[in-house]
Amino acid sequence: MYGWTGTTLRIDLTNGTAKREATNMKLAHEYIGARGLGGRILADEVDHNVDALGPDNKLIFAPGPFSGTFAPSAGRFNVITKSPLNGTIAGSNSGGNFGAEMKYAGYDVVIIEGKAAKPVYLWIRDDKVELRDAAGLWGLNAHDTTDKVREVTDEDAKVACIGPAGEHLSLMACIMNEMHRAAGRTGVGAVMGSKNLKAIAVVGTGAVKVADPEAFKAAVLASRRKIQEHPVGGAGLKAYGTNVLVNILNETGALPTRNFQDGYFPTADKIGGESLAAKQLVRPKGCFSCIISCGRVTKVDNPEYAGIGEGPEYETAWGFGADCGIDDLDAITKANFLCNEYGIDTIAMSSTVACAMELFERGYLTLADTDGVDLRFGNVPAMVEMVRKTGEGEGFGKRLAEGSYRLADSVGHPELSMTVKKQEMPAYDPRGVQGIGLNYATNNRGGCHVRGYTIAVEVLGNTATMDPRVTEGKAGLDIAFQNLTAALDSSGACLFCTFGIGADELAGMLTALTGVEYSVDEFIKIGERIWNNERMWNLDNGYTSADDTLPPRLFEEPIKTGSAKGEVSHLGEMLPEYYSLRGWDEAGVPTAEKLADLSL
Amino acid sequence: MSKILMIHPDKCTGCRNCELACSFRREADFRPGATNVHVFTWEREGFSVPMMCQQCDDAACARVCPTGAMYSSSDMPNVVQFDAAACIGCKMCVVACPFGCVNYDSVAKSISKCDTCAGAPECVAFCPNGALEYAEDVDQTRSRKKAFASKFKDVFQEVR
Repeated sequence: MYGWTGTTLRIDLTNGTAKREATNMKLAHEYIGARGLGGRILADEVDHNVDALGPDNKLIFAPGPFSGTFAPSAGRFNVITKSPLNGTIAGSNSGGNFGAEMKYAGYDVVIIEGKAAKPVYLWIRDDKVELRDAAGLWGLNAHDTTDKVREVTDEDAKVACIGPAGEHLSLMACIMNEMHRAAGRTGVGAVMGSKNLKAIAVVGTGAVKVADPEAFKAAVLASRRKIQEHPVGGAGLKAYGTNVLVNILNETGALPTRNFQDGYFPTADKIGGESLAAKQLVRPKGCFSCIISCGRVTKVDNPEYAGIGEGPEYETAWGFGADCGIDDLDAITKANFLCNEYGIDTIAMSSTVACAMELFERGYLTLADTDGVDLRFGNVPAMVEMVRKTGEGEGFGKRLAEGSYRLADSVGHPELSMTVKKQEMPAYDPRGVQGIGLNYATNNRGGCHVRGYTIAVEVLGNTATMDPRVTEGKAGLDIAFQNLTAALDSSGACLFCTFGIGADELAGMLTALTGVEYSVDEFIKIGERIWNNERMWNLDNGYTSADDTLPPRLFEEPIKTGSAKGEVSHLGEMLPEYYSLRGWDEAGVPTAEKLADLSL
Repeated sequence: MSKILMIHPDKCTGCRNCELACSFRREADFRPGATNVHVFTWEREGFSVPMMCQQCDDAACARVCPTGAMYSSSDMPNVVQFDAAACIGCKMCVVACPFGCVNYDSVAKSISKCDTCAGAPECVAFCPNGALEYAEDVDQTRSRKKAFASKFKDVFQEVR
C-alpha cells in the first residue's frame, strides 16, 4: 500500500472498544482521503437527523495520502462530523504534526463513535490503542492538557485535545493540536466534548510508503521550487504571516469594520503583519513538512497582555481588531492566546464579540446582559474580557459561546449576526470583493473563506487577476476554487501550496506517491464529487437555496468609506449562473445526471 | 579542505523536512525510525532544534566499538564512518554517544548514523530555512558571525 496505510481505526466510546479494519480503498481512490473520504464515510454511516451533540454523531479524524511525506506543506488532517453549530457536514482542517503521526501509527482514518460514560482520553501507539480515564484532565486548558497527557503517555506524543470551551459544548469550540494548531471551525470541539473525549495522543513508528520514489522526489522538488519562487508562497507569508493581508484588504476597501458596518479601518496598519513582525514576532513557525512557515511565534511584553504563543493569523487580527473597532495589537494577540488555551475558534469568537458590541450600542443588549461591561466598539479590555468569559463559560460568556447568530436571534435581531448558515464570515467583505461573497453563500459549511479562496485571484492576483468589483466570471471562478480546494484538502496538502502550484502538480505528486493514476481532470472531478456529496448532505438536512445567501446588511447598506465606498453585494447576479455551471437545477439541487456523472 | 554540518536553531521552524529527506534517502519511504536527524520542538516557547551526529574528531562511538565498525579515516576527514559488515550489533556506540545521535533501528535491525550522504547531505538540501548548513570548515561559523556583525553594523551606523 502506497500513500495510504490501508487501515482504519474505529473507536466505540460507549463500549470502550477499538477495532482495526481495512480502509475502503475504492472510496479512498474516489475521495482521496481527509475531507473527501471522511465526508463520504459520514454520509454513509451517520443519519443526517442525528443530534450533533448526541452519541449517534461520529467524529472522524483523517489525514491524507500526502500526510507524513515530504510533499510540500502536507501536514494537514481534517476532522469531519455533523456540525452542532448549523447541522452541515462539518469539516475542519488543521496542520501541525498530528496528521502525519496518525499515518505513522498506521491509520488513514480514525472514527470515534458513541459517548464515554466519564471523561476519557485516547492513547494510540501504533496498534496499541487504549482509552484512559481523563478525570485529572477535565477542566484544564489545551496547553496544560497537552503537557499532562505527555507526562503519562510519551513526552513527544502528538496531542489533539479540547479546552474548557469544548467541555462546555460551546458551538465555537475547536480541537487544538500541539497547543497552537486548531481544527477551528464548525464547532467540532463541542462534538468531542459531547463524547466526553478530552484528548487523543498519538505516537507512530510505521512508514508511509512511496510507489515511485524517483518520480515522487522529482515532482516534490519541482513543486517546492514553484512555491518558493512565488512572491506570496515563497516570501510574503514567511515574512509577515497571513496577517500581511490586513493592509492589502484595507486598501481594497474590503476589511470588514465594526461588525461589517464599514469596509475600511483607518488605523489598520497598527494591527497588520508588518506591525506584528516589528513588535511581536519571535520567529516564523512551520507545520509538518512545511516550506512556507506562515506560523507566527509571538511574544507580548506589555504587562497587561504579556505572554508567548502563536498567532495572530489575519482572520484573528481582523476579527478582534477592525471588526471590534480595535487597533491594539497586544490585546488582539492576547485574545488569540486565550482562544488557543480555551480552544475557541478565533473567527467565530471575534465576530460574535463584534456582533455583541453592535447589539449593545443599539440598545438590544444592556449592562444587565453583559455583566456590567460597557461593550462598545473599541473597548479593548472589554473585548479581552469577553473571550475570557466565553472560555470560562461564565455569565454573559455562556451566551457568546453559542455564536453570534443565536445571540442576535435571542434579542430579535438575527440580521445583525454576520453569518452564513449560522457560521461567522471571515475577513473579506463581500461588498468589496464580489466573488468571495458568492463563495460564502454557497459554502458547504457556512461562512468560510478557505474552501473557495477567490481572494487569490480577485485581490492577490495569484495566477491571474480579476477585478474584485465585477460579478462577471465569478461563478466559474468560485467553482474552480471550490473543486480544487476540495481535492487538495483531501490530499493532506495545505491550501497555501496554491501560492505556487495547482492541480497539475498535486495530481502528479499524488500519482507518483500512490501508484494510482490521477489525471488533472480526474483530480478536479474528485473535488467536484466531494463538493456535491457535501451539498447533498446539507440538502437532506433541510437546507435550501434560500440559505445560499448573505446577511441582509451586505445587500442593503453600502460600504461607507474607503476605496469600495458605495458598494453592495450583487449575489443575485451570480447565484443562478453558479447553479447552472454546477449542473444543479434552479433550486440549487444537483440534477440526477450530475450525480450519476459523479458516481454519487 | 573538508566540510562541517552546522545547525542554526534560530532559523529552524520545526518543519522536519530534514528528517523526511534523511528517511527517504535511506529507505525511499518515510519512517520516523529511519532518520538520523531529529527535530525537537518546545511548543510553549516556540523553539525547535535539529539534532544530528557531530562527527566528533575523538568520537566516543568509535572508541568503544569493539570491531572497528565505527571508525575515522583520512579518506573522509570530519566524518565518522560506519561499516555495517563489521558491526555485531552490540550497541556500545549508541550507549557511548554523548549526543544520543547514534541510533539503533529496531525495524532494520541495524545501527543507523549520519554519513553526511557521502558529502552531499539531503537534510541540508531539503531545509527550506537555512537552519542546516554544510560549510567548509574554515567558513563554518562565517554565516553566524556575519549575522551578528551586521547587527553591530546597523547599531554603529545609527550612533555615528
